[in-house]
Parts: sequence; structure tokens; C-alpha cells
Amino acid sequence: MMSIRRLVRLLVAGTLAVLPPGPAMAERLVASLSNHRVMVTSSFTGEELVLFGGIEMNGAAAQPHSGYDVIVTATGPRETTVTFRKARMLGFWVNADSRIFEDAPDYLAVLSNRQLDAIASSETLRRLQIGLDNIRLPQRASVNIAAGDSDDPFRRAFIRIKNERGLYREVSNGVTFLAPTLFRASIPLPAEVQVGTYEVDVRLFANGAQIARTPAPFEVAKSGFEQVVSSAARDHGLIYGLATAMMALATGWLASVVFRRD
Amino acid sequence: MEIYLPIADLPVNILVLLAMGLAVGFISGMFGIGGGFLMTPLLIFIGISPAVAVASVTTHIAASSMSGAISYWRRRAIDVALCMMLLAGGIIGTAFGVWLFTFLRSIGQLDITIGISYILLLDIVGALMVAESVRAILRAREGKPAELRRPGSHTWIHGLPFKLRFKRSRIYVSAIPVWAIGFVIGFVGAIMGIGGGFLLVPMLIYLLRVPTATVIGTSMVLTLITMASATVMHAATNHLVDALLALILMVGGVTGAQFGARAGQKMRGERLRLLLGLLVLAVGIRFALDLMLRPADLYSIRPLEANT
Repeated sequence: MMSIRRLVRLLVAGTLAVLPPGPAMAERLVASLSNHRVMVTSSFTGEELVLFGGIEMNGAAAQPHSGYDVIVTATGPRETTVTFRKARMLGFWVNADSRIFEDAPDYLAVLSNRQLDAIASSETLRRLQIGLDNIRLPQRASVNIAAGDSDDPFRRAFIRIKNERGLYREVSNGVTFLAPTLFRASIPLPAEVQVGTYEVDVRLFANGAQIARTPAPFEVAKSGFEQVVSSAARDHGLIYGLATAMMALATGWLASVVFRRD
Repeated sequence: MEIYLPIADLPVNILVLLAMGLAVGFISGMFGIGGGFLMTPLLIFIGISPAVAVASVTTHIAASSMSGAISYWRRRAIDVALCMMLLAGGIIGTAFGVWLFTFLRSIGQLDITIGISYILLLDIVGALMVAESVRAILRAREGKPAELRRPGSHTWIHGLPFKLRFKRSRIYVSAIPVWAIGFVIGFVGAIMGIGGGFLLVPMLIYLLRVPTATVIGTSMVLTLITMASATVMHAATNHLVDALLALILMVGGVTGAQFGARAGQKMRGERLRLLLGLLVLAVGIRFALDLMLRPADLYSIRPLEANT
């Protein structure tokens, strides 16, 4: 249950986010990826995407902020995932309890030029849902959909397992400033990433507040042989199955011819 | 040498897959079993999702048993009539197994049922085989004649009606136990996702007294038919068969099965049964430990859509 205080806090935060942020923003962000379409071929073992970004001034009269911070969040395709917890039952360890995470991102990378809590207050980070502790992972419990506290054991286990597989990560030196207004971020994609559309959200911070934001989406797609096989398996399952079974029989027959001794 | 698998969605080392195919193929050719109960855990171990592993292994087993079946066919070591009778019982057993599978899943007890039936089945069958073959080996060492076909050892099974003569196996038994064995194999195959060769071979030997010469070839033909149809069914319903994974496995598998079949024919029956019994028992103990020891990680995740 949400406490009254927390509710009030959220309402206040929401109102603040809607209100015009005082003086007009001086900075504008531009960002571009090294590759907008990652091709999964038979030799795919993961890839590292590079994002280049620059900070531009909106008009010459604008007063630039002093120190910039950048947080890049890359979010993969969403998939409803179950987290199980084992417990001992009649001497056997079985999945006794589970939580369903609705539309959890398959991939999530939070890259920044320094520690997140040094860039902005934890309150701001929570409001903007930045970082593994603050992303929204709604749970489908048996009765209601709860937001899930960041210290919920199922949520923590889910993020930990994703992290061990290299699919969720928070890198506090993932963004490098090449010049005061020019930065680079590398987005590591492990081999297990799913195909689909990836959203990249680049946010510029100064003095603990977000001052500019720009998207830079990319796509992961299968190509060539991989694409032919996976689309055949999906669209023509029966024919694909018959062809695979024939391939098995032919391979078996061929082997017995090749290895025939008598 | 890494290669990306199109359905499993991850890269694997092609040499590791070939070696796994060779090793399991050798064992399957030697004992006349599919080897699914060995291959599926191996694939899951290298990171392939259980659903894709189970579905793709059926294709690999179909190829392995095809090459094995042809070798046994040339040696006239297949009893087609017996095989067809087993298959008839097997179809009914599979249908019943699929029904129970769906029912257990609807009441949320499928995982634990599969786990416990694996343990019970593998450990009991393994222990029985080891005990029996050790007795046979000891008897042979004492110089007593090997226990082959004693008329006096006929059990109640041989008293059942509807007797049929299976010429190739030189047995004369009732159709009832043959159908019953086929039913059990089809049933556990549907529930546990295995071909059931490691169960079928001892049942044919101990219950029906089928001679070792024809038992393996006959078991292989049965495995071939069930696994080839399982491939088509898995591909048509779940779209989980990875043809590339299956192809790499089967290239290793058919090669291994050829050498395994030769090694198996050179070895004496009771030695072969002892080895297979030890293997089954080892896998069974492994499964039991997995379920009984406290796991390193109490939590696990998987996509909601997958149905394994």
C-alpha cells in the first residue's frame, strides 16, 4: 500500500515536472548511433554500439550551464517474465512462489559519466525512473498490480539475474566526455539480446536537474540465413517440421552409407 | 568457432556441439536408446532454453536412430512385427499422457511431477539393471551357463491369452503385455519428453524375454518413428525446433552411433546392461541431487510465454 506521504510526494513531483522549468533551456542535445540496425548473422557474438552526442546552444544570447552530466538509458523489447523462488517441499526444492513482471525490458543499460547519485538527487532519479533501482517493473500479483518496492526480493532477484547475464547493467563510466560539449557512450549488446526495437534515451543534466533530452532508437534484426530459418519456423511450422524431419532421416541414411563396411 | 543459432537465439561453439553429438550418439548406438535423457540436460547446461532443447533433441534422436536402425536392418536384427505392436500401444499411451500433462499443468503441479518421475524412473530402472547384470556376470564368472531361455522361468506374463508368435525374436507371447509396454513408453514419453528407449530395452528383455540380438534394433525403429513425429509436432505447434542446432548435433550423433553400434555388438549382453544401468543410475542420482540439495540460487526467471 502506498502511504499518504508518498502519494503527496509523487503528486508534487508530477506537478513540478509539468510546470515550465523557469528560464528557457539554453542547451539542446544531438545524438547519433554508430549503427541504427544491428544485424544478427550466423557469426553474431554480440556487438558494441557507439553513441556520439553533442551539446548545442539555443541562440547565442543563452547562458550555458557550467558542468554537464549525461545519462544514457538503452531499453530493449519488453517481455512479460516470471521470477520463481524455490522452497523445500517434502525434501525437494521446488518453485514454490512466483511473481510475474509485466512487460519487463529484456535489455536495460544505464550509462553515465559518473555515479548516478552524484549527478542528481535520489528523489530526481526516482521521479525520472533512472537507474536499475528506479526503473518501473510492475508486478502482476494474484490479485492486483503493485508497483513493487525497490527492496522487494523478487524484484532484486530479477535484476540480479538479468545483470549476471549481461542484460541489465549500470555503468558509471559508460559515458566519456571527449570535449566539454562532446561525449561518447558505448552500449554493449551481449549475444543473447532479443531482436526488436531498442529505445535509447539520452538525458543531459546540469546542477542536479535534467535540462535536455533526446531519443536515439535502433533495431536488432536477424539477417540472411538466420532470418530465413526463423521466419520459416514461425510462419510455416508444419512444412518446416516435415523438412527438418526429412533432413534428419537423410542424415541418418547418409551416415549409414558412408560408414558401411559390410 | 562460434555460430549463432536462429531459433535458440544465442551463439554456441560448433565444436562443443559436435563433440556432444558424437558422445551421445556413441552411447545411443551402443545401447539402442535415443539418448534424449542425456542430451537435453547437456544442451540446457550450455545455455539453451529447455523448450528449444527438448524440441531440437527429438530431431537429433530421429537422425541417430535412423542410421542405427539401418545398420541393424542389414544385420537382420529388427523385429518389425513386434515394433508395430508396440507402436499401436504407444499411440494410446501418448494420447493419455498428453491429457494428463494438460491436467497437471492446469492444477500447477507439472514441474514437481516431472522432476519426481524422472528421479524415480531413472533410479529404480538403473538400480534394477545394475543388480541384475552384476548377478549375471558373477554367475558367468563361476562357470555356470549364462541364463538364456529357461522354460521353467516363464512368469504369469506368459500365461496371458491372445498369444502371438514373433518370428524374428523367436518369442511366443500374449499381445497384452506388448501393448501394455507400448502404452507405458508412449505415456512417459508424453509426460517426460523422452523417447523412452532406456525403459523399453530392459522391459523387452526382462518382461518379454526378447533376445538381446533383436531388442536394440527393434527399440531403435520405435524411437525413430516416435521422434520423427515428435519433431513435426513440436515444429508445427510450438515453433521451437532449431534446425541448425539439430543438424550440428546429428552430424556428430550419426557418426557416433555407427561406432557405438559396432562396439555394442562386440560386447556381451550382461556387460552392456551393466554399463547402461550405471549410466541411467548416474543420471538419476544427478537429478535427485539437483532437486534435494539447496540450490545456489533460489530464484530463477523465464519468459511467461514459454511452456516448459
